[in-house]
Amino acid sequence: MKLELRNITKKFGDFAANEDISLIVNPGEIVALLGENGAGKSTLMNVVYGLLQPTSGEIFVNDVQEDFEGPGDAMTAGIGMVHQHFMLVPPFTVAENVMLGHEHTKGAFLDLDAARSEVRRVSEAYNLQVDPDALVEDLPVGVQQRVEIIKALVRDAGVLILDEPTAVLTPQETDELLGIMRDLKAKGTSIVFISHKLREVQAAADRIVVIRRGRVVGEASPEATKAELAGMMVGREVSLTVEKPPGNPGEPVLQVSDLSAADLEGRPILRDLNFEVRAGEILGVAGVQGNGQTELAEVLTGLYEGEVTGSITMDGKELTGRTPREILDGGLGYVPEDREHDGLISSFTVTENLVLDQFGNAPYSSGGVLKSAVIDKRADELIEEFDVRTQGAAAPVSSLSGGNKQKVVMAREMSRELRVLVASQPTRGVDVGSIEFLHKRIVSERERGAAVLIISSELDEIYALSDRIAVMYRGAIIGVVGPDTSRDEMGLLMAGVTND
Amino acid sequence: MTDATTVTQEQKPPSRVRTALSGTAGITFLSIVMALIIGAFFIAFSDPAVQDASSYFFAKPFDTLSAAWTSVVEAYKALLTGMLFNPDASSLVDALKPLSETITMATPLILGGLSVALAFRAGLFNIGAEGQIILGSIFAAYIGFQFSLPWFIHLPLAVLGAFIGGAIWGGIAGFLKAKTGAHEVITTIMLNWIAIYLVAWLLTKPAFLREGRQDPISPPVADSAEYPSIVDQWRVHAGIIVAILAAAAVAWLLDKSTLGFQFRAVGANANAARTAGMNVSRMYLLVMLIAGGLAGLAGSAQVLGTEKSLTGGISAGIGFDAITVALLGRANPWGVVAAGLLFGGLRAGGLNMQTATGTPIDIVLVIQALIVLFIAAPPLVRSVFRLPETGGAGFMQTAKGWNG
Ligand SMILES: Nc1ncnc2c1ncn2[C@@H]1O[C@H](COP(=O)(O)OP(=O)(O)OP(=O)(O)O)[C@@H](O)[C@H]1O
Ligand SMILES: [Mg+2]
Repeated sequence: MKLELRNITKKFGDFAANEDISLIVNPGEIVALLGENGAGKSTLMNVVYGLLQPTSGEIFVNDVQEDFEGPGDAMTAGIGMVHQHFMLVPPFTVAENVMLGHEHTKGAFLDLDAARSEVRRVSEAYNLQVDPDALVEDLPVGVQQRVEIIKALVRDAGVLILDEPTAVLTPQETDELLGIMRDLKAKGTSIVFISHKLREVQAAADRIVVIRRGRVVGEASPEATKAELAGMMVGREVSLTVEKPPGNPGEPVLQVSDLSAADLEGRPILRDLNFEVRAGEILGVAGVQGNGQTELAEVLTGLYEGEVTGSITMDGKELTGRTPREILDGGLGYVPEDREHDGLISSFTVTENLVLDQFGNAPYSSGGVLKSAVIDKRADELIEEFDVRTQGAAAPVSSLSGGNKQKVVMAREMSRELRVLVASQPTRGVDVGSIEFLHKRIVSERERGAAVLIISSELDEIYALSDRIAVMYRGAIIGVVGPDTSRDEMGLLMAGVTND
Repeated sequence: MTDATTVTQEQKPPSRVRTALSGTAGITFLSIVMALIIGAFFIAFSDPAVQDASSYFFAKPFDTLSAAWTSVVEAYKALLTGMLFNPDASSLVDALKPLSETITMATPLILGGLSVALAFRAGLFNIGAEGQIILGSIFAAYIGFQFSLPWFIHLPLAVLGAFIGGAIWGGIAGFLKAKTGAHEVITTIMLNWIAIYLVAWLLTKPAFLREGRQDPISPPVADSAEYPSIVDQWRVHAGIIVAILAAAAVAWLLDKSTLGFQFRAVGANANAARTAGMNVSRMYLLVMLIAGGLAGLAGSAQVLGTEKSLTGGISAGIGFDAITVALLGRANPWGVVAAGLLFGGLRAGGLNMQTATGTPIDIVLVIQALIVLFIAAPPLVRSVFRLPETGGAGFMQTAKGWNG
């Protein structure tokens, strides 16, 4: 199916998120959209999918002009979109989820068999390997995403929009997704693919369209180097590797001994962890998602709700049994992995979010009264320093692009003197230029003498930042290795294979 | 003609008026208009004159229509004069009496509405204003009739007592929520029933029952504990000043204080609030204490201002109307003041409408219910008036997920 956009402009108030964008996606073509955080990629795709109405401009599907009043119209015209956050009903089966919204009926009854066989047909045709009777809540993230793809394909989507589909996937799931995209393409489906990971873009795309500040600034072929792509996107040269002076670790700051945790049902989640992070050191925590990394971060910050045994000390002071407030005030900064769920309050302004965990401390308030002048000034400084693209400090954080939201969380947590920084997926959804900046900031925290713990499913990030790497497997630390460890060896460790 | 061409090109951009009407305030206004229009049909159908005329509708349809028109106009005129101003009165004091009634009725509604609104901003649905009003009334009444003190001590003490009484009742629900996770809707409904029976039981006891009376009524509160009246012939009393001050206090609390910041944070995203180090359970307890206290103040307006003694029916359903008032006021303190005045006016005007035109006061309840219905369903109002979707933030938030 062919998709053509002509002169699309989308304004929010006076601000043009998209300006005069024209784009053609030919049948069976994979076009990657590349651009900085806030460049307008998601906005453009939401316009194509009927979630937003363009201020001006036209959309053509197979050379027929279309007006979409909502996603329903877009779907009818053959456009499917997979969102970052899946819109599935967890306790329903795959077939039930796929059927939702266009239920087959036999008389007055739902015809689940028809839905089941459709899922099976699509799943086989595109080699998606999804069981129609599995409950969605039991499926790993990567498979849930395939259910979303099936939902689109069952409705005969000829154009598939994937907005940062790989941000929450493991590297293996990502490879599988790229394979599926190739199969879809071979069968004539056109795909618009958004990702900040240049490697994926190079691997998957037939053509790369670069957007900057709402305008198309050029096209690149997938043969272009990463540095060229990054340069086009940001408009300056980007160094893709962090410059990191050799480390000079000092005293141990964060010490964890015999730490175990069990969830509310009593299942063991963390098993007997022992490690330390020294002042001026970055410890990377690697591992396949779901091996206890999330819970480790929660335990360290006092947020974990299950049972915790063992000891955690920061500068010699015991942290277990303390409240999150006490731990944060003790000098620990925390970047949670799920910014929407735990890191931000979307209806609050950017300013309010920038002081979300500091508003109660001097100089932001005194005697229980907020000092809005001080808060506003600080917010303006952080927005400037971290290059948060927003239409103003008073804009609700929900109006920011994904990557800019992440920058708000990072800015908040790195805005004060820290003893320990615990950051989960610190650059999820962030563009290469901003990753460069954030990585520099993390390294400068280290130089300043903080102990830094980085949890990331991006091996590139782990290698770029870490002085030492702890690998987690099934709730235990299966090995602590240096950053010179080969990727093959790392892969084996992450799969639970040790040398001895 | 240049205008016309751009219009077709841009797919008819909505006019400024339409855009404004599709905003929150506009939807509220249109909801009220729609409720009044539908209410008009009820008035017409319930009027015997219209029913008579409709029996020969096909012979003389105009009779039915004109009878309907007359009854609607008369009823709404009576409603309006009962709310604001009586043009037939001989003196200014009499002419403005309806306004005094409106404000009198509005006072406890505003305070109750603030209670529900504040809890709502912290993510709690306080169905318990009714019970909290009763507890506030009990405390205010007891202090009011039991002691004799100079007014500048007695009145503040009774008002404080009302606040504390309500705060205890709200605090119980907050405590249960914080400690056990018990849902506040369930616990506050239970507490309402306990309060209703508590006041009925107390009014059988010598300590509360008025001497020489068998029906459930307490001794009158002392003059020194009464809210001073503003004009002698009017019922409106200084409770309205307490209500306005309370609205200002709640607005300040929410916007300027660290406590209010935490209330709003917990209400908007409890997970993120907890991650940022806030004690979510404590906020639930504190907000229910304050919300209960505000409802208790509504009880003080009833006991120390309007009724001047404690009765079994002292809360008069105010606690339930307060939920509607909070909703209509969009959980915004000044919005609650406006909504409280409107509902107070509907209560006062409804009485006048019933006496003047025989239109049942239940019509007012229908109108109130319709307003709520329309406010709860903005898409319905938008589609009736063919208004554009503004921003669509609510939808987009669920639709876009975390990337965007
Ligand atoms: N509903 C909205 N109201 C106001 N501004 C908005 C709204 N939605 C998006 N924007 C603004 O439009 C711009 C483009 O946002 P968009 O989400 O399209 O960026 P993006 O290219 O997808 O970025 P990212 O890579 O971070 O996901 C941003 O500056 C954002 O602040
Ligand atoms: Mg985006």
